[in-house]
Amino acid sequence: MANNSFYNMILTDHNLHPAHKHGLECANFCHEGINPSCGDDIVLNLDIRDGVIRDGSYTGSGCAVSQASADIMLDLVIGKTVEEAAKISQDFMAMIKGEADEETLEQLDEAAALQDIAHMPSRVKCAVLGWHTLEELIKQSEEQ
Amino acid sequence: MGDRTLLLKEDFPVFKAYPGLVYLDNSATQQKPESVLRAVDNYYRQENANPMRGLYDLSMRATEAYEGAREAVRAFINAKSVSEIIFTRNATESLNLAAYSLGRSIVGEGDEILITIAEHHSDLLPWQLLAKEKGAKLRYLECDEEGLFTEEGLRAALTDRTKIFAFTHISNVLGRINDVKGFVKLCRENGTVTVCDGAQSVAHIPVDVRDLGVDLLAFSGHKMLGPMGIGVLYGREELLEKMPPFLSGGEMIEYVSRDSATYAPLPHKFEAGTVNAGGAVGLRAAIEYINDIGFDLITRREEELTRLCFEEMSRIPFVRIMGGRRAEDHCGIITFDIEGVHPHDVAAIMDSKEIAVRAGHHCAQPLHKHLGIMSSTRVSFAFYNTEEDVMRFIAALKQVRRMMGYGE
Ligand SMILES: Cc1ncc(COP(=O)(O)O)c(C=O)c1O
Repeated sequence: MANNSFYNMILTDHNLHPAHKHGLECANFCHEGINPSCGDDIVLNLDIRDGVIRDGSYTGSGCAVSQASADIMLDLVIGKTVEEAAKISQDFMAMIKGEADEETLEQLDEAAALQDIAHMPSRVKCAVLGWHTLEELIKQSEEQ
Repeated sequence: MGDRTLLLKEDFPVFKAYPGLVYLDNSATQQKPESVLRAVDNYYRQENANPMRGLYDLSMRATEAYEGAREAVRAFINAKSVSEIIFTRNATESLNLAAYSLGRSIVGEGDEILITIAEHHSDLLPWQLLAKEKGAKLRYLECDEEGLFTEEGLRAALTDRTKIFAFTHISNVLGRINDVKGFVKLCRENGTVTVCDGAQSVAHIPVDVRDLGVDLLAFSGHKMLGPMGIGVLYGREELLEKMPPFLSGGEMIEYVSRDSATYAPLPHKFEAGTVNAGGAVGLRAAIEYINDIGFDLITRREEELTRLCFEEMSRIPFVRIMGGRRAEDHCGIITFDIEGVHPHDVAAIMDSKEIAVRAGHHCAQPLHKHLGIMSSTRVSFAFYNTEEDVMRFIAALKQVRRMMGYGE
């Protein structure tokens, strides 16, 4: 049976006290991500100008994994260029697949708190929901 | 008493494989006793051939095994004749059969199909599709916040266009039992055909179709100790006679020409293709197991466990139980939510302690919406659970909020 000790302090703290869960007036890119198995529902809002993510936020509801993951993600990508954000997202996806090396994990900083999800197939969708939504927005911004 | 129930658990090999497992997802599927596993194994070792097709000894034995299972099901629900017992894959297929065959033949444009707001998606989507196809109206009977449906409510909802009323016997979310006899009486007077979803009742309380008076009853073998892949649709013979076939193909015909066919008599008219004989044999063994320990014991044990769990849960702050406010309103099923913790997180924490519970909307989204919640966590009992199972669940439940970072 699974031993999921993944409800660590970092995760529960971001879930209960999110820094980025609010509306965002200046957002010029918004996208909704839904995970029907869990009922997670996230709207990601980004303010992207000159190829830089100036600000970001999310709203919605869902399990602690989906919510904390989105909050941590915004900590990491706000202030970064779109290319840098895309790279971080790739690294995160690699980690969730169990394919990240030590160096990548270090760069992922607090997001590395979610690495044990890799062993829980039923929760992977929760963890990547925010990140998929981010990738979708990055694509939209590049198409403009 | 305690000793006897410990012995019951020993009949189930899964608990030998996982001695620490607390299995509280019995509404999703029940565990299988040794006797059921052995019966299925024995069928394939000693009796396997294609039933009804071969003219040789082994095929006749397979036919006997399969038809013997049908007789066991007939006796179990007290149907009048084996013609009234149709084997399907599961309750879902049974309900689809009802909607396609019965529904298509009696529902027309402008007619109404009535279902309850508490239906499992399996007893909702087939009717929704039928209504769309026929230009009929799908209407919902609503319950109060305790999950209660009343006769007055039903009387008010029935109109002279209501062709079918489909309702669950016991709700898989709230555990509330419906007054089937009262429903049937009103529907009879109204000329409305009754379709009862017995998926959550047949394993827990004695079900007598002649006493209840329902026209059709659907259930799954796997939710009553039997194997997966075998289910039943009971139907009153006069009604089944009038219903057109559902699936077509081998075994369900008498004579086929290029342009037409005559169908086999009941119940084979509704059983196209090679049947699940091993599953049927397993279901028979499950019925024999249930008969052997008896519903007196099953119902009493499940009531005791439900009451203990309900009372313990009622004392825990931040836990809200959905549905009835008395333990008796919860036939072996308690669905709840914990303030501030998403059900999937509750289930994951339970899993880390080897406790299996269900989280989500339990295939009943309209009911959740009606009750104003997104999703929930559910525990459901079988007679082989123990007081120790309940108390391990309760101990874990008390820790959930702390593990999610709430200091209290
Ligand atoms: C009330 C009810 N109806 C129908 C079903 C569908 O059963 P099955 O998936 O075995 O077809 C279930 C079980 O999930 C149920 O609880």
